[in-house]
Amino acid sequence: MKKMLRALGALTLTASAFAAASSSAFAADKVVLGVAIPTADHGFTGGIVWWANEAKKELEKAHPDLKVIVKTASTAPEQANQLQDLVTVNKINALVIFPQESASLTQPVAQVKKKGVYVTVVDRGLTDTSAQDAYVAGDNTAFGKIPAEFLAKQLNGKGDIVALRGIPTTLDNERWNAFEGVLKQYPDIKILDAKYANWNRDDAFKVMQDYLTRFKHIDAVWAADDDMMVGVLKAIDQAKRTDIKIVFGGAGSKEAVKRIMDGDARVPADVSYSPKFIYDAIKLTAEARLKGDKLPPTTIIPSVLITKDNAKQFYFPNSPF
Amino acid sequence: MRPAHTEDTESESRLSTVARFMFGVGPLIGLIALCIGGTLLNGDFATVDNAMNVLTRTSFIGIIAVGMTFVIISGGIDLSVGSMAALIAGSMIYMMNALMQGFHGHAVPPLLIIALGIVLALVLGALFGFAHGVLVTKGRIEPFIVTLGTLGIFRALLTWLADGGALTLDNSLVDLYGPVYYASLLHVPVPIWVFAIVAAGGALVLNRTVYGRHVQAIGSNEQVARYAAIRVDRVKIVTYVLLGLCVAVATILYVPRLGSATPTTGLLWELEAIASVVVGGTALKGGEGRVIGTVIGAILLSVINNILNLTSIISVYLNAAVQGAVIILVAFLQRGRR
Repeated sequence: MKKMLRALGALTLTASAFAAASSSAFAADKVVLGVAIPTADHGFTGGIVWWANEAKKELEKAHPDLKVIVKTASTAPEQANQLQDLVTVNKINALVIFPQESASLTQPVAQVKKKGVYVTVVDRGLTDTSAQDAYVAGDNTAFGKIPAEFLAKQLNGKGDIVALRGIPTTLDNERWNAFEGVLKQYPDIKILDAKYANWNRDDAFKVMQDYLTRFKHIDAVWAADDDMMVGVLKAIDQAKRTDIKIVFGGAGSKEAVKRIMDGDARVPADVSYSPKFIYDAIKLTAEARLKGDKLPPTTIIPSVLITKDNAKQFYFPNSPF
Repeated sequence: MRPAHTEDTESESRLSTVARFMFGVGPLIGLIALCIGGTLLNGDFATVDNAMNVLTRTSFIGIIAVGMTFVIISGGIDLSVGSMAALIAGSMIYMMNALMQGFHGHAVPPLLIIALGIVLALVLGALFGFAHGVLVTKGRIEPFIVTLGTLGIFRALLTWLADGGALTLDNSLVDLYGPVYYASLLHVPVPIWVFAIVAAGGALVLNRTVYGRHVQAIGSNEQVARYAAIRVDRVKIVTYVLLGLCVAVATILYVPRLGSATPTTGLLWELEAIASVVVGGTALKGGEGRVIGTVIGAILLSVINNILNLTSIISVYLNAAVQGAVIILVAFLQRGRR
């Protein structure tokens, strides 16, 4: 009986916390944090799912009055439905969301916020920023800028570069514009071509094979992604070409970081864009809400150059990515 | 007793021979035109190295498309081949890596591990194909639905095996297994040989065996085939098993290329394989088709991509549009049969 009463008490407490979630005094009692992320359909999102579950494990252990609910969705409509479930069934009072698509999730997220839930948006920004309380993201400009600066320096401002692009998206454009922007300052560096390889190993292999047929001399490749780098390296090996000095990936997957640590001559560096930012976002949100605090409106997790000196910090052998 | 020929039927049959000839060479004309265009745009197109590159990368889709030709001629379809290839690749890598750690405390020789991986691929391919065939025939579910279902199941299983990341083959096995993709025999890469053998075998079975005739008969009219005492269910199941085996062979060649399987492995291969078959002149409604057409279709599709990569005359944003236009154009060249 006593147990039941206590359970009832807890229930009313959460309910009232939910009702008054906007006033931080109540929210501090118990935080139910919903996490909505894409399903693991490629290496990067695989990492997102893994890091989200890591955050859940660690934070729930550290804070008994915190509950984290992780939901994965493969399409935008599915994610919108999950948001409704999280609010009505799980009674969340905080939400961390990695939107499947920016535009189509803006309205559903705005609805959630209207119900008094604290909303942190990760990586793919909403089209209407008033639908969010906080925004945590990786730095896509640095993702393009850092490799461009690195390559320019390594090539002493002179050479032929081929580039690969991901899937036509705003994210890819941002990276590409930053990359191209930096190299415009080096008139002796030529970007021979940049074709889409869909962040896919096999497509990158094919595109690189054709680059190798077409261009007799290449100094460096901006593979723009660690998955694509795998295909690029295989294609170079197959053609037995020795003119290519550097292959630059991107994101800092464990395979790429391992190569840097092992001193692979063609892969001296990488730029970080770790799926770990979902972990950071969940942790920041949960800890702030437990104290009743707010996050700064925008938190950019910096993309940094990974070289042999700091590679260890970026090596997570247990992560799938 | 045959009725006497009249002028009329004579000329009609001649006409249909011409039509059939045209229909047969349509894709070939398209391919030749494309190759001439490619050479004009970039001289490197017409090099032996480039030709070998294109044929080698065509071999996966090509081998799968040969199997797909049988399924489509018999009136079926298989949407799951890309996911199936991914799952087979993942399972092979998973098992081979596990065996590298030793079996019951005994070290297993690497060559045996690779042989076991290949056997596993073939067994899985045959099993998956058999399951499709049984569900389609005995379970009486539309093949579109059965294979749409397994498309999801196979890919999800791979993603689960890989934890959403990549399954990467042990380095010492990569070196040993690599030649299966990268080595050449008489200056022709191994995958091209396998592709040629599978295609020749497929053409032989389709046109020169009783089984091949049965497949075509079922596709053109299943009821009549049934009345003619053809064991329709069995023939159909075998087409799916053959396709499963083709997928397995393609995967065996695929794994040593990158030595890894990810949730994006084999994405949309089903569309490429089906497009190869149809561009090659096989009717999607079944009944009639040719393996050689499929082979040309598959090569044609990868030549388009190759040319696009070798040139930069149009914006990369429009690549898919060019591909689409060429496919429709080739289909136009071989029209007139329906």
